[in-house]
Amino acid sequence: MSRINSPDELEKVRQEIISRENPNKPCISICAGAGCIASGASEVIAAFKAEIEKQGLMAEVNTKGTGCPGFCERGPVVVIYPEEICYLQVKPEDVPEVVSQTVREKKVVDRLLYVDPTTGEKATHEADIPFYRNQERNVIGNNIKIDPKNIDDYLVIGGYSALAKTLSKMTADQVLQEVKKANLRGRGGGGFPAGTKWEGSRNAPGEPKYVIVNADEGDPGAFMDRAVLEGNPHSVLEGLTIGAYAIGAHEGYIYVRQEYPLAVENVTIAIQQAQEYGFLGKNILGSGFDFVVKVHKGAGAFVCGESTALMTALEGRAGEPRPKYIRSNVVGLWGKPSVLNNVETWANVPLIINNGADWFTQFGTDTSKGTKIFSLVGKITNTGLVEVPMGTPLRDIIYKIGGGIPGGKKFKAVQTGGPSGGCLPEELLDLPVGFDELTKAGSMMGSGGMIVMDEDTCMVDVARYFLEFLTEESCGKCVPCREGMRQMLKILTNITKGKGKDGDIELLEQLSETAIEAALCALGKSSPNPFLSTLQHFREEYEAHIKEKRCPALSCKELISYYIDPDKCQACMNCLRKCPSEAITGGKRQIHIVDQEKCTKCGTCFEVCPHRFHAVRKISGEPVPPPIPEEARTIVRKSKEK
Amino acid sequence: MDKHIIDQIIDKHNCEPSYLIQVLLDIQAENNWLPREALERVAERLQVPMTRIQHIATFYKAFSLVPKGRHQIHICVGTACHVRGASRVLDTVQGLTGIEPGETDLDLKFSLETVNCLGCCALGPVVDIDGKTHGKMAPAKTADVLKNYD
Repeated sequence: MSRINSPDELEKVRQEIISRENPNKPCISICAGAGCIASGASEVIAAFKAEIEKQGLMAEVNTKGTGCPGFCERGPVVVIYPEEICYLQVKPEDVPEVVSQTVREKKVVDRLLYVDPTTGEKATHEADIPFYRNQERNVIGNNIKIDPKNIDDYLVIGGYSALAKTLSKMTADQVLQEVKKANLRGRGGGGFPAGTKWEGSRNAPGEPKYVIVNADEGDPGAFMDRAVLEGNPHSVLEGLTIGAYAIGAHEGYIYVRQEYPLAVENVTIAIQQAQEYGFLGKNILGSGFDFVVKVHKGAGAFVCGESTALMTALEGRAGEPRPKYIRSNVVGLWGKPSVLNNVETWANVPLIINNGADWFTQFGTDTSKGTKIFSLVGKITNTGLVEVPMGTPLRDIIYKIGGGIPGGKKFKAVQTGGPSGGCLPEELLDLPVGFDELTKAGSMMGSGGMIVMDEDTCMVDVARYFLEFLTEESCGKCVPCREGMRQMLKILTNITKGKGKDGDIELLEQLSETAIEAALCALGKSSPNPFLSTLQHFREEYEAHIKEKRCPALSCKELISYYIDPDKCQACMNCLRKCPSEAITGGKRQIHIVDQEKCTKCGTCFEVCPHRFHAVRKISGEPVPPPIPEEARTIVRKSKEK
Repeated sequence: MDKHIIDQIIDKHNCEPSYLIQVLLDIQAENNWLPREALERVAERLQVPMTRIQHIATFYKAFSLVPKGRHQIHICVGTACHVRGASRVLDTVQGLTGIEPGETDLDLKFSLETVNCLGCCALGPVVDIDGKTHGKMAPAKTADVLKNYD
């Protein structure tokens, strides 16, 4: 690998890499993102490598682990080029067949294709699968094409051309104007216009200036930043370098949580390779511009996703936020102007520079431009990462792309915006997703978590869950957040345990108001959102918990009982054997009974009871019927009567 | 913990006080917990007061000031896993191991932690034991998995 000293040289190197590879040479791309690895992708990759070797195809076929294409539900995902045949849920056992059939014979292995659950139609290519077809994948679309550990793969798809264009043809001010014109808003939560933030830093007094990537993706149930940083780290580095040029920074940081070891590894390798090629370091592409990037690992504190807290953590101290009378783009890291943007925001920058602001603004609504990646999780058929233009209605995301709610259950709510966001009910499903639209509806965009909930999810418990999360993650610096949230959590926990009392809702509202008004940082100010939005849309659930001691979703452990319907029980012994607390009595041909004293309400009996019997029921808000008398417990089978 | 290894870690980060968190993370990764002698060595070499080290070691969740068990159980309680029943899985593990999140049992067999999202939401509820991910967990299945560890 030799240093590239000018944009022309970059193009030459690019052409050389492209010409080195025959475009018709088969390439097996296997998703090596965290979701697929957890489903066994590492074994599949190893099996492909072994099989290719066994069949003596090492010279003719490439095999690579790539970034995450988003369809985690059906992982491990394998795509075979140049035909772009997409196989899902591939197991090591399938590998020999795929190699001999698809790679050698160019035949499709039917059983590994996507089958449309409604029509039964099979889809051979990625683009034919409804999950992908309805997306606009500007940012994550390339993930499956590149090996994140190999910079050449990124160069093949046009990587670093935006940087070359920036350094050779644009002034810092032109870059700034382009980003401003594109109205790129921060993808991390606040939605603050990136261009304005950059300009503030550029004009602020003080040297040196810093640019920082916020990869401390702490929202539970959100993993799009990880997919981008893991799958296409160079796109983030390129965006960061362009940003640094625009504001005049020569030092950058990537703050990535240590819970993402693969992201840390891939971005560290990417930095090293970019340095070797001369995309980072001194005199980048012969332009005279110097820029270095360092990786800092976060040690596990949700509050460090907040800009000032993150900068404090970078300085090697406990990450507590500070009041923002002066924004961090003016006084930030080490007291110097510092631009902090999230991973996805930075990854959008090269796209804007390459294609222009007009291209970028064709996607989205009036105030929210471009595309946004959402992590669609929870009670949803197709869990995964979904990139859509801003303004796409929630209904399209959940039903057209997500495939709706599994198990024939009814949709109840979708939670957006992470712990500080809110829950939106069925009536608001036609809402277009955008920064301002979601805020108006009482939720927020956040970093793009989208958690779908069905009729079995208790909304009071959801509010309690988020409050518990936020209470644990509160840094403890200001009183409204530290003490107020603790009290809110206490009250909500009592409600879910059936100890709620009149006046609890009002008290929670008062505490919320105080936190919104008086907390120090955005984390505290938005902490009551989960409660307020569930109260707004699901007040009747709160009232049922408090007044009737009943959980309408049959979810709160302390308010439900498991009961075996004697008319339905067929004494199959399934639940009896599986019950971890030995709380079920019965025997062969003896109707089973749950001992309510012993029952820990783990729900195992409910899950293992065969669907055709459906004998185990959850009861809430009413007393459990007394057990049937001993003499009535014996089941006399009709067939045996004769 | 070997003083030599601690010094190596500190030198890797150029003995730079702003890299304190990175130094502690590396020690944690190497040793699984932060022994007092290690922290004292860090304080001495980086010229950082012990109070600040204590502040950091207790503020961030990645650090442990007590030894960890042979097997580390991480139960994901992220939102996606929560709505799919992670709390029931957690209850089962607590019942079987007799320890609460953040604790280690007396035989140093298991350490239990909850984590907020491992990013494998498609497999929820997820339990990670010693780096291996077990997906689609339910109370009965969890009990079966735990039996495989001794």
